[in-house]
Parts: sequence; structure tokens; C-alpha cells
Amino acid sequence: MRIATGVVAALVAVTGLADAGGEAPRRVAEPTIRIERGVACVAPTAEMRRNHMTMLLRQRDLTMHQGLRETRFSLKNCVNCHASRETGSVLGEDGFCSSCHAYASVHIDCFECHSPMRQARATATP
Amino acid sequence: MNPDRRQFLGWGAAAAAGAALAPGLRLVELAQARSPEEAASALQRWGLLIDITKCADCDACVTACSKENGWTGHGRPETDPQWIRKVSLRDKRTGYAQTLPLMCQHCEHPPCVDVCPTGASFKRADGIVLVDKHICIGCRYCVMACPYGARSFVHEAVSGQNPDVPRGQGTVESCTFCVQRVDRGETPACVEACNRDGGKAMVFGDLNDRSTEIHRRLRSASSTQVRADLALNTGVRYQGL
Repeated sequence: MRIATGVVAALVAVTGLADAGGEAPRRVAEPTIRIERGVACVAPTAEMRRNHMTMLLRQRDLTMHQGLRETRFSLKNCVNCHASRETGSVLGEDGFCSSCHAYASVHIDCFECHSPMRQARATATP
Repeated sequence: MNPDRRQFLGWGAAAAAGAALAPGLRLVELAQARSPEEAASALQRWGLLIDITKCADCDACVTACSKENGWTGHGRPETDPQWIRKVSLRDKRTGYAQTLPLMCQHCEHPPCVDVCPTGASFKRADGIVLVDKHICIGCRYCVMACPYGARSFVHEAVSGQNPDVPRGQGTVESCTFCVQRVDRGETPACVEACNRDGGKAMVFGDLNDRSTEIHRRLRSASSTQVRADLALNTGVRYQGL
């Protein structure tokens, strides 16, 4: 009997969800993607979404070990464009990095050491 | 092979060809600031000469380092970060006292690099000894290995870093010769401060380049390496010690 009740409850729940359709809010909040500066990123959006971590990793090693400080793929350059206008940071609830990473449930270590704040100085354009 | 990798190898080949084609010309050129696309080169070796006789009783170098690199104490001298410190020496017999700044000596054969289990502690091609904090596991072997006590461990969580100088809890750090400034063609913050506010005791430059002030000073007068008996060939030299 208990099982039957459970099944019925589950069915109701499923139909309820189906009825709600597209209007109901998603269970997980969508990330906030607000670009504050610049017209184009260093690469097309699709490529950035998939490969930004690889670009950062490669630039990291080049800068650290060989002193190659080309700004195009540097974390500083990312932050300078993507930091929020209000907070000046890429972290925080609506932060460009943190909101997407919260959505994807991927922990970012970058800002344990690196500054998440925009630098006052002008940035290199792509 | 993806395009990024191919491009990178291309740059490498171009750089190698450039270095091989005209070695004599490159030496002169490399004495200037590198362009951001040019890797640190073994043709250079950065060094620092400190004239103790001019070293005033001030801490302009320490203050400037702290400001540039964003490290501060927490009132706990045992564990506070210390990239550079003023050391006082006193001859017990005569009472003659001297003071000198001591920091990472940027050895040619750095013991910290020998003992690092992950390769985080490394020497860059131009002789600057650094910690790659991305791969530092915070074991502190290097802290123990350094004969100069130049390295410190970050015990507390850090915020408000200088964007050019990332620092974080659980990693080891030390003087970097202000590598972010050197890569821009500037001198380290301590040298700049000493020449502005202090006793003008510090000279920074390329030890391999005969045209530099540091090379001229080193070849015209005797200088000392601290713990020269260890044969580490330090990049930091002292005069008047």
C-alpha cells in the first residue's frame, strides 16, 4: 500500500512538473552572464566556454616559467573585462566567474591567490 | 596537434632561430627590457649588489617590498611572511656595527630547488629563483633547505593581493627580484626605494652584461657572497661586509 501511494505521489509530481512547462523557474538558478566591457572576447563564445581553462593553464605556465607576459590570455585580462561594474569583482553572487561555476558546480581555485578585482589600468584589447 | 600547440612550437622555433642567427647582437638587445612575447633567456643573469658601507639605518627596502608584493605581518614574528629583512651585525671585540638587507640570494645552484618534491621551486632561465605556487604543496622542505632563511610560508588566508603578485595560503614564497617589474624593464622595488629614500646602496642589473653598472662595480672592487663556502654562486653580492 505504501509503495502504491509513493507511485501515485511520484506520478502527480511528474505531471505537475509537466503542466508547469516552460514558465516555472529552473531548479538551479541560471548563471548571470553580463559582459561589462569590450565588444568581443579573445575567442568566440563557444570556444571560450569549452576551452577557457586550457587557455588559462597554458598562459599560466608560460608566464610563470618563461616570463612570457602576453596579456591576451592572461587571467588579469579576463578579470579586467569581466569584473562587475558595481563590485569590480568577478566573484560574488552575480560575479561572471562565480555564478557560472556555481551553476556548473565546479570549484575555482584561481582566486585563492589571484586578485578577483579589476585593475584600474587600461587593458589590452583583443 | 591542435592549433594552439602548433603556434606555440612555431614561436619556440622562431625564438631558437633568432638566438642562433646573431648571438652577438642579441646580447646587446637583451640588456633592454624584453618584449612580452620574448621568453626569459639564459644569456642574462639578474643580480643585485649591496654596498653595506652605504646601507643607512633605515628600512626603506623592506617597506617598499611589502608594499609592492602585498605582504604584511600579523604581529607573529615566528610565522609572519618575510621576503626581505634588515640584519644587524656587530663585531663583539670592537663594537663595530653594520646593518644589511637579506633576502633570497638567487643562487645559481639553489638548495631550495634541489629539495622541492614537486618542481614548484625552480630557477628561471635568467637566474631568478621562484616558487610556482600552482604546484607548491606547502611541504616547506625549501624553507628548511635555504641557508639564508629567505623563504616563508603563508599561514593565513590572503585577500586584496596586488594583481601582479598572487599570494595564497598554504604556499611558500620569497623574494622574486620583483619579477613582474623586471619583466617590464624596471628594477626591483627595494632597489628603487633605496636609491630614492635610502642610502643608494643597491645596484640591480645583468651580471652577464659588461656594459651594466653592476658588472662594472663587481669587476672593479671586491665583493662577498654570504656563505660563499657553500659554493652556491649567489646572484646577490655584498660590498663592505
